[in-house]
Amino acid sequence: MIPLIITLLLPLISSLLILFMNKENVKLIKYFTLISSLITFLISLFLLFNFNNTNPDIQYYINVTWVSSLDAGFRIGLDGMSLLLVMLITFISPIAILSSFDSIKTREKEYYFMILLLQFAMVGVFTALDTFLFYIFWELILIPMYFIIGIWGGKNRLYATVKFFIFTMVGSLFMLVAIIWLGNYVGNEILKTGFTTDYLKIKEVANLIPLNYQNWLFWAFAISFFIKVPLFPLHTWLPDAHTEAPTAGSVILAAILLKMGTYGLIRFNLEFFTSASIANASLISIFAVIGIIYGALVAAIQTDIKKLVAYSSVSHLGFVVLGIFSMTAIGIQGAIIQMVNHGLSTGMLFLLVGIIYERRHTREISEYGGIARIMPVYATFFAIAMFSSVGLPGLNGFVGEYLTLIGAFTSPILNSWGYAIAASTGVIFAAVYLLWMYQRVFFGTVDNPSNLNLKDLSKREWAFLVPIVIFIVWIGLHPSTFTNISENSTRKLVNKIENVKFGITPYPELLKNSNLKTNSNQINNNKIGK
Amino acid sequence: MEIQVLFSLPLIIASFFAVFMPVFDAILKKNKQIIFLFTLLNFLLVIVADIFIFASPEFFTGVLKSGLENSDFGKFLSDAVSLGGYTSFFDLLFAIAGILTLFAAKDYLKKESYELKEFYSLVSFSFAGMLFIAHANNLLILFLGIELMSISFFVLSGFFRNNILSIEASLKYFILGAFATGFLIFGFAMLYGATGSLELKVIAQKISFNQVTPIYFALAIGLIFVGLAFKASTFPFHQWAPDVYTGAPTVVTGFMSTAGKTAAFAAFIVITKAIFLSNLVIDNATVNPPVIAITRNSREILAIIAALTMLVGNITALMQTNVKRMLAFSSVAHAGYILLGIVSNNSNGWSGIVFYAFAYVFMQIGAFVIVSLIEKENGSNLNLSDYNGLSKSHPFLSASMAIFMFSLVGLPPFAGFFGKYYLFLSVIQSGYLWLALVAVIASIISIYFYIGLIINMYFKEKEGEPLTVQCKTSGISIILSLIGVIFLGIFPSLLMNPLLNLFK
Repeated sequence: MIPLIITLLLPLISSLLILFMNKENVKLIKYFTLISSLITFLISLFLLFNFNNTNPDIQYYINVTWVSSLDAGFRIGLDGMSLLLVMLITFISPIAILSSFDSIKTREKEYYFMILLLQFAMVGVFTALDTFLFYIFWELILIPMYFIIGIWGGKNRLYATVKFFIFTMVGSLFMLVAIIWLGNYVGNEILKTGFTTDYLKIKEVANLIPLNYQNWLFWAFAISFFIKVPLFPLHTWLPDAHTEAPTAGSVILAAILLKMGTYGLIRFNLEFFTSASIANASLISIFAVIGIIYGALVAAIQTDIKKLVAYSSVSHLGFVVLGIFSMTAIGIQGAIIQMVNHGLSTGMLFLLVGIIYERRHTREISEYGGIARIMPVYATFFAIAMFSSVGLPGLNGFVGEYLTLIGAFTSPILNSWGYAIAASTGVIFAAVYLLWMYQRVFFGTVDNPSNLNLKDLSKREWAFLVPIVIFIVWIGLHPSTFTNISENSTRKLVNKIENVKFGITPYPELLKNSNLKTNSNQINNNKIGK
Repeated sequence: MEIQVLFSLPLIIASFFAVFMPVFDAILKKNKQIIFLFTLLNFLLVIVADIFIFASPEFFTGVLKSGLENSDFGKFLSDAVSLGGYTSFFDLLFAIAGILTLFAAKDYLKKESYELKEFYSLVSFSFAGMLFIAHANNLLILFLGIELMSISFFVLSGFFRNNILSIEASLKYFILGAFATGFLIFGFAMLYGATGSLELKVIAQKISFNQVTPIYFALAIGLIFVGLAFKASTFPFHQWAPDVYTGAPTVVTGFMSTAGKTAAFAAFIVITKAIFLSNLVIDNATVNPPVIAITRNSREILAIIAALTMLVGNITALMQTNVKRMLAFSSVAHAGYILLGIVSNNSNGWSGIVFYAFAYVFMQIGAFVIVSLIEKENGSNLNLSDYNGLSKSHPFLSASMAIFMFSLVGLPPFAGFFGKYYLFLSVIQSGYLWLALVAVIASIISIYFYIGLIINMYFKEKEGEPLTVQCKTSGISIILSLIGVIFLGIFPSLLMNPLLNLFK
């Protein structure tokens, strides 16, 4: 319990301390931020080691009353899936901070304040077990990210940051209405104990909501998550935001912010609105597959390396969504491990793009060529990240994509091979656009004289790239270290889905004295009819 | 007896200061400092009195109500004004708004070289008017309060008597306001005709016992709503607001658009609590169908007005390049949000209104104080582009402004978010889901212009000389507002729980 509180609050406390530091003393601010995030990482390791893999339920559960009139509490806790993602945050944050030591040269105090505030909000999103608290953290992320892109971003940053802000806010405000409606319905109509936002309470009974209401709620939550993922066709903010954000911003955006959407889909949509999820699975999977192929094709024609990586995210996240809506244990496990993989490999690609951008101040592919001869170490790291992103067996990307594809292939809910077959072409396209880009940048002759004097990686850059490589190889060779953590919680969820699908009422004792019996029977009949 | 004196203390203090302020004014001649402190004392004493009221054991138990009836003095009071309960929160709200305005006004008036002592007496008068509105238990007292407040505002908005815009604002406000008052008083007369009483308690009783004439009753509601809608600047009676708010001195605009608006909504609460049937009565159908229909229809109409107010206010604010005017239009939209609480007509709605009003006072006055600091002589330096690069030259001001803007948008963890949350909750509970969705769409529209100001402050560079800002006492207002916005955002229960208890 205590490690969880520290993991959550230490970044917030440090960020507030930064406010009291002298603006001129940049070194102190930098190292203070780095050390604070490293300590957070070390403390979060306790969470990992004390975690009981065999227990599918929420662990480290903390419940403190906060707004009593709304039954909103400070309820946080972790299960297997959220533990993996929290570890990803605490692991990526020091790397992102270290990577910005040289690239951020103006208004450092505000920058490191924002980064730590962002870390606090991110951990909050993945640990919150209260719809109200979740919403607060979800919105809190917007503020630091808005400033990070807007102040330290590239040329077109204003457009990108406003677009990012408005897209996210549009989705989340509808989610807010859904959260209120859900709390009111569950609290006053089903449980009759008054308005509630307790995640565990709602989870138990949310499936008793009639299917037509569930559908609306499902979409209100899902649209907000799809914008964040981003799922085709709601992805248009992503390339702009990614391209304009500073390196650390892109890394955090890719590694963690996008996962908020997919996490939300599993955490809320599948858990709360299982029937509606089953009903909409095929439709969403179609969009996921379109996203996979579309993202890959658009990535192939980009001339800007960063934009190419950004579009590859659209494609990769398509696999995650496909895995989630296959609603099989293997597919969801694949989706979870793919979230981590994407965080590592795309995060690393953004770091590498940032490294070369700092040296040459351009990201145009045509400006480069033959870099492998000048920066051999850099080229090697880039190759590892790229192969991980392509999905080369032996590296992490393969594991995630393989599992999600198997999930989609065997899914009784999607009930068609078409999804998996179409999606697997995305893997081929990924190889095409990434290898082609690699060839144009790193091989060939050095025909641009300004590339001749590029320095290879510095010690600091080694320091933040090596840890990522270790995990890329580790997940690739021995994925069960990581999949074991989330396996039991995933199985429990899939069990629930199967119960709902085959019409077994999950909580018969609750229904005995309730007038909702007819509704839930109706849902079951509908499903059997299908 | 003591209890009744204690509970009526805020009213007594405010009336005393309002009446004697011009006298002190005359005695003290030119000592502005003392008259400033004197006004401050007025607000502080009201707050202290309210703290004593909150601390008294009778506050929550409801002993007060029965105790009041027992003595002659109590009976005399209770026919005219209601004491304790939610009214104390309104006292507190108006006093806080007054203090925030006062500190900002000192800097601002000095800068514009208009520091006349009359300003302070006028603020005290309007303050007393607001208290009477919130405490009203009788249509005449309510009317008295509304007039006292409005007339002070007519003068205050024309306070810069050499500035043509200020004079225009004053005149416009006065002529239209007088017209609206006509509607209001005619509505009160009709209500008297329909029920035969001016006391709100008696009116409520007569309505639930079927002793009303439906046709007069319907006319009364319509006329009263026109009058109040004007005071609260809701669509379609909002046309005066932007011009008046832009022309009036900035600190006055801050005060009018928060405390003044809240007072109008207090009047709304006082009246609708009496004349709207509660959901329970409607469900049991113990009342004449026509009366039920009137309640239902008027709530529908209010819902439509609320929806249009939010949309029109925010859409027109989108087009503005003048910050003061943008805030003026957006304050129209905020009236729409607050109206949600009236539409929902339940305890969540009313307490949501008070909570939102608190949040709104802090964030809106805070924003106006900063606008008043940036402003230069004769209302120049008010455009969005004048805020470029403010974050570099004045990091504290721009960070505060950013927090106020985020709070106005409704981002957590600031007070504005909770206000919206409670109001959305109340309308959803009373079955107006569509209204909550319209409110959401309106909020989405408002994002653009609120964060637009942040773009100017943080992401754009200033060309030419950096701004110089004289910030002495205004800093106190800004810090108090910041504390309010953040504190209510993190511990909303402290205000919300007592409110919910009181409105039950």
